Amino acid sequence: MSAHQVSQSRPSVGEAGATGDWRNEAPFIVAATCVAVKLGKITCQICWSYCPDACISQGMPPVIDLTYCKGCGICAEVCPHHAIGMRAEAEHGVCTTDEGGAE
Amino acid sequence: MTTKVITGNEAAAIAAKLARVQVIAAYPITPQSPVVESLSAWVESGEMPAEFVTVESEHSALTVCITASTVGARVFTATSANGLAYMNEQVWWAAGARLPIVMCIANRAMAAPWNVLNDQQDSMSERDAGWIQLYCRDNQEILDTTVQAYRIAERLNVPVMVCYDGFLLSHTVMPVDVPSAEQIDAFLPPRTDPLQIVDAADPRNIGPVTIADPRADADGVVRPGYMEFRALHHGALLDALEVIPEVDAEYAAAIGRSWGGLTWEYQLADADVAVIAAGSLTTQLTLAVEALRAEGVRVGVLGIRSYRPFPAAEMRARLAGKKLAVVFDKALSYGYEGPIAGDLKAALFTAETPPAVFGCICGLGGRDVSPENLADATRRAITDLDAGVRDRAPEWINLRPEGSAS
Repeated sequence: MSAHQVSQSRPSVGEAGATGDWRNEAPFIVAATCVAVKLGKITCQICWSYCPDACISQGMPPVIDLTYCKGCGICAEVCPHHAIGMRAEAEHGVCTTDEGGAE
Repeated sequence: MTTKVITGNEAAAIAAKLARVQVIAAYPITPQSPVVESLSAWVESGEMPAEFVTVESEHSALTVCITASTVGARVFTATSANGLAYMNEQVWWAAGARLPIVMCIANRAMAAPWNVLNDQQDSMSERDAGWIQLYCRDNQEILDTTVQAYRIAERLNVPVMVCYDGFLLSHTVMPVDVPSAEQIDAFLPPRTDPLQIVDAADPRNIGPVTIADPRADADGVVRPGYMEFRALHHGALLDALEVIPEVDAEYAAAIGRSWGGLTWEYQLADADVAVIAAGSLTTQLTLAVEALRAEGVRVGVLGIRSYRPFPAAEMRARLAGKKLAVVFDKALSYGYEGPIAGDLKAALFTAETPPAVFGCICGLGGRDVSPENLADATRRAITDLDAGVRDRAPEWINLRPEGSAS
């Protein structure tokens, strides 16, 4: 039996695939509100340390890699300056019926 | 080789010691506890050079075994009933990660209500978790099978449960030939080719997220998807249909005892009726067969050693030409029937002239079942068959009317 017949991988970027397409909501950073931007130095970075998928890089502001971000929203929750918001990936349609149901 | 008069639990512990296991992690539970108490004492005294990891639960016990096995150690644990159920998540992990773990199960009834006595519901309920399951008929077979289990597990990278009836074997003494360390060392060399070694210089994710479709990994190698891993795992269980008898034959050549591989039989060749079970019940069935043979009934025992993989082809062959198979299950798939009876009916579906299969449920929660009870149930099954019955609901042996004390 070869090692390739058991489920294992080498740790690497995206070893579980492009998980960004699992996302319902995408985070966005408002640079003007981010304390790292305002102070002009690598400070805070709380979003980077909390991201469970390690897809935020340190920076002014930090950078979110949407190829792998699953949209959990933890970064938006933990940002002490409320500089991170979440927006829907797509507008979902509303089901209507012939009887003229919900709009 | 020396002969000792020992319990089934002592036989299991001696086998783990002879197999030179390197890591033991276990949590006490009746009727398994004496297995790991013995091992703990030997590790403490220095008689056995192994790590004994005490844990707060069975879930952690198997987790420790999984991690130690992942880095190449030979590991052992044992449990029973609700302890096995508590392990359940890791039972699946051990199998899916293809780790050659050996775990003894001293079979005990599942709660609720609490009951420490024997049936086989605990391990039979883990039937589909991807482990090999071997059932033992006496204490000698417990020792020999536990040693064999390491060779089977390490050849196939599939974990093995060695199951034996609680109290009936676990706490009952009988003479057991104990092979020498040299004999077992020659049969079972150290684990030389661990599949997965976590080396700090070359780290690995073990069992990472594996989605539906095959996908290139970080090195550009296309890796199996989840379904491919499951097919490989199933293939290993099917390969076990050949490896289990091979290892039994190798053990016979090295140690001088054979247990028949997947199944075995007693006075079955000329029989019209087969009586079928797994575990110590089969020893009692040989006594029932002797009583029935004395009356002129042509009956024989078909004993199941390997329940998973299920030896369907071998059982079809052994039952060719029989009129009736009476299956005695010490477990129940609620709302259907005994697990062995159901599996056997499926196995016989393609037989040219399959025997009728009548199931019996017996011994749940330690309810006594004697060779006389088994002979009586067989007589009733034959009477039903002669009356033209081809299928019937399971008969509950020794089920007492409500309020009846005896």
